[in-house]
Amino acid sequence: MFGRLTIEALPLYSAIAMGGALIVVFGTLAVMAAITWMRAWGYLWREWFTSVDHKRIGAMYVILALIMLVRGFIDAIMMRTQQAIAVNSDGYLPPDHFDQIFSSHGTIMIFFMAMPFLTGLINLVMPQQIGARDVAFPYINAMSLWLTASGAALVMVSLVIGKFSTAGWTAYPPYSGIDYSPYVGVDYWVWAVLLSGIGSTLSGINFLVTIIRKRAPGMKLMFMPLFTWTTLCTSVLMAFAFPAVTVVGVLLELDRVAGMHFFTSGDGGNMMNFANLLWIWGHPEVYILILPAFGIYSHTVSTFSGRKLFGYTSLVWATCAIAILSFTVWLHHFFTMGSSANVNSAFGIATMIIAVPTGVKVYDWLFTLYRGRIRFTVPMLYTIAFIVTFVIGGVTGVLLAFPPADYLMHNSTFLVAHFHNMLIPGALFGYFAGLNYWFPKMFGFRLDERWGKRSFWCWVVGFYLAFMPLYMLGFMGMPRRMEHYDVAAWQPYLVVAFLGAVLILVGLTFTIVQIVVSVRRRAELRDPTGDPWNGRTLEWATASPPAPYNFAVIPTVTGRDAFWTMKADGTAWRRPARYEDILIPRNSAFGPLIGAIAFVLGFAAVWHMWWLVALSAVLAAIVVIIRSSNDDTDRLLPAAEVERIETAWLAEVAAAPRPVDEPARGVPSAALPGAAT
Amino acid sequence: MSDAALPAGLEAEATAERIEDKAFGFWIYLMTDGVIFALLFATYVVMTVGTAGGPTGADLFNLTHTFGETMLLLVSSATFGMASVAAREGDRRAVLLWLVVTAALGVGFVIMEGLEFSGMIAQGAGPDRSGFLSAFFTLVGTHGAHVSVGILCILVMLAQIAARGLTPPVASRLFRLGLFWHFLDIVWIGIFSIVYLPGVL
Ligand code: HEM
Ligand SMILES: [Cu+2]
Repeated sequence: MFGRLTIEALPLYSAIAMGGALIVVFGTLAVMAAITWMRAWGYLWREWFTSVDHKRIGAMYVILALIMLVRGFIDAIMMRTQQAIAVNSDGYLPPDHFDQIFSSHGTIMIFFMAMPFLTGLINLVMPQQIGARDVAFPYINAMSLWLTASGAALVMVSLVIGKFSTAGWTAYPPYSGIDYSPYVGVDYWVWAVLLSGIGSTLSGINFLVTIIRKRAPGMKLMFMPLFTWTTLCTSVLMAFAFPAVTVVGVLLELDRVAGMHFFTSGDGGNMMNFANLLWIWGHPEVYILILPAFGIYSHTVSTFSGRKLFGYTSLVWATCAIAILSFTVWLHHFFTMGSSANVNSAFGIATMIIAVPTGVKVYDWLFTLYRGRIRFTVPMLYTIAFIVTFVIGGVTGVLLAFPPADYLMHNSTFLVAHFHNMLIPGALFGYFAGLNYWFPKMFGFRLDERWGKRSFWCWVVGFYLAFMPLYMLGFMGMPRRMEHYDVAAWQPYLVVAFLGAVLILVGLTFTIVQIVVSVRRRAELRDPTGDPWNGRTLEWATASPPAPYNFAVIPTVTGRDAFWTMKADGTAWRRPARYEDILIPRNSAFGPLIGAIAFVLGFAAVWHMWWLVALSAVLAAIVVIIRSSNDDTDRLLPAAEVERIETAWLAEVAAAPRPVDEPARGVPSAALPGAAT
Repeated sequence: MSDAALPAGLEAEATAERIEDKAFGFWIYLMTDGVIFALLFATYVVMTVGTAGGPTGADLFNLTHTFGETMLLLVSSATFGMASVAAREGDRRAVLLWLVVTAALGVGFVIMEGLEFSGMIAQGAGPDRSGFLSAFFTLVGTHGAHVSVGILCILVMLAQIAARGLTPPVASRLFRLGLFWHFLDIVWIGIFSIVYLPGVL
């Protein structure tokens, strides 16, 4: 009945594990109690959980990402604490627990922090940037969200019931095979990755179709805002790289539960095939994470320096080049695993070539800033920190791309420093910049600048303190994933890294404070016009938060920076001659339902409750069939209602003071709200 | 809120656009599924040497049987084509008929594959015997699972066509299912020429 699930699965074996479990359980209960107390269940269900509106789905993705960021960071600081004290001693974490922590940290940060964060921002912004009313497939969009959430829930549940994987975020066999990891940890990893991976593949397809088919009239490909371009490339990678991780997860699971021999060390298994399949997904994945951030930076540099983006065309081509090249370098993750020198050189050279388009981008951003009138807002600060820091990470990457050097650095903390040096400035800081930049679009008010800046400084200084010592440690020969060590010379560096993590903790706390403070000051921070930063692209042409249909009248585009042009010729915030009826997709329980079923299916599979696996698979099939047989999914927003919404907003625009931040040089006065009625 | 509340023109326009979006999206989905099969093919090819002293393709494959499966699937693609033609002509009864024939051929294919699999397992050549057999069962089985899903979808289409007729959304689903079915045919031709033929020759 319960498969291999018994009372032993509770973390009674360790006080620390028990503590983690209790925090998860009581945290969840506290949130649920608060919602009940505020009687918000009905509201949340009707307006949010069942919503198929891309803006709401985007916001929910971002909230999921922030929650998982906290979880992933707790893991990180636990590791930092352990390594700071565990010289010639056991520290406070037993090896088995430490191993779970680095595995869950990596898995969470990649799949459940970064992926939802970027998917959320894309959802929020991209359809508005191309002048569309929604993504192409709003119901699939909801399904993607809830599949991702169900994967995240599986990782969280593993804290309470059973254990998480100890095989690292890459789950290399044979260690992740049934002989060495007989318990449920690896199964949790596989199912969490599979569910969210399917969600990501579907998101990729969805965004791709949206960008190709839903652009406003006149928006040629080369008129698209850069974030839309990077989204296009990321979506291609999501659609075509994620199937590889699906395959590798399924094959590993077949080895584990059906006794097959894909990756076993005998019986005809081939472990190298795992490394190949995993990294055929894994390398494109890092560009999936980084390209959207590149898009965000391209907007922040130009908006906050009041200049048009330098080298638009080269940025577009550089993005496409990176996307294509990203499929040609996967072997650099295992130079040391027995390929011939010729093969290694080919992949090493391919890797170095990627640095070229990336360098082109850095120069384009710098030239955009050059002689601009820079506004040092929070997104701009993150952008500058990114440019400087990312170049350092890029240089260490080129170093690692050189196979003989990689032989020395491989598996050391030098590598850990390198990829954090890419992912924190290159992805996370970008998402933070995007969050600060687009938050008004999500909720209608800006984020508090003061707390944002405090948080920024802690994150950046903390990052340097936490990761620069790891480069040194790498040179000193410290391997990654060390639970304890006996080289006293390493400890001072690890203590500095720990202090850096503490500073990041302060930064993360300030990020949360920033959000709380902003919610409380929301009336003051309100964005009445929808264009709080004097923006250039179409997402600023809608209200904040936008009406369900985004644009009452689909704009016609004649060039790049479409909204800037509209403000310049005084056509922004114009009342059309007449409003029309608009169809919008109706809310549906389909998304949350599929997510719930997927969660049960994954949980049952982890614990070998095969009857429940079968039952949930049948249920999922029924739900999908019912949903896809439905031809009546739209609801009508009559012209009168549209007119009411738009009139109220335009009145607010007319009454609004000049934008909070000083407009950039050379803005014609017609661009200012208030002058537009 | 019912359909009646929606202005017919707006609704028709939205439906038409959605159908085109879905057709395009479905092509991309097929490409992602193609990636899955490509990786399974690559895995299979890499693992053909991993027989671990157990049976090889030459010991196990029976080309006559495989030829039968191939015929069922190829003919089913043709009958699906007939259904599509009938749908274009708006001949509902013919569509239903051809779909039933297609589904029956598909079921025949799945049964033959099941017989082949169970025969191999009975000889001790199951997927847990060797890496080679794991790869074989997974590649061919994934294709078989796709065919089974396709059959289920045909049944759903039969119900929809019977209940609603060939409305634009229903017809568009039939079109996409057709793409799926023919895609599986192409994959099977890959399986025939990469798995069975070299295995026996
Ligand atoms: C916020 C500050 C962060 C800190 C302090 C931190 C710290 C750490 C530490 C201590 C490790 C283990 C290193 C070792 O093996 O010796 C680690 C591993 C890892 N981190 Fe982070 N990290 C942070 C953020 C991130 C982010 C944002 C990402 C990805 C987007 C990330 C992805 C990973 C991955 C993939 C691993 C490898 C896990 C494994 O070994 O399997 N980390 N991190
Ligand atoms: Cu890589």
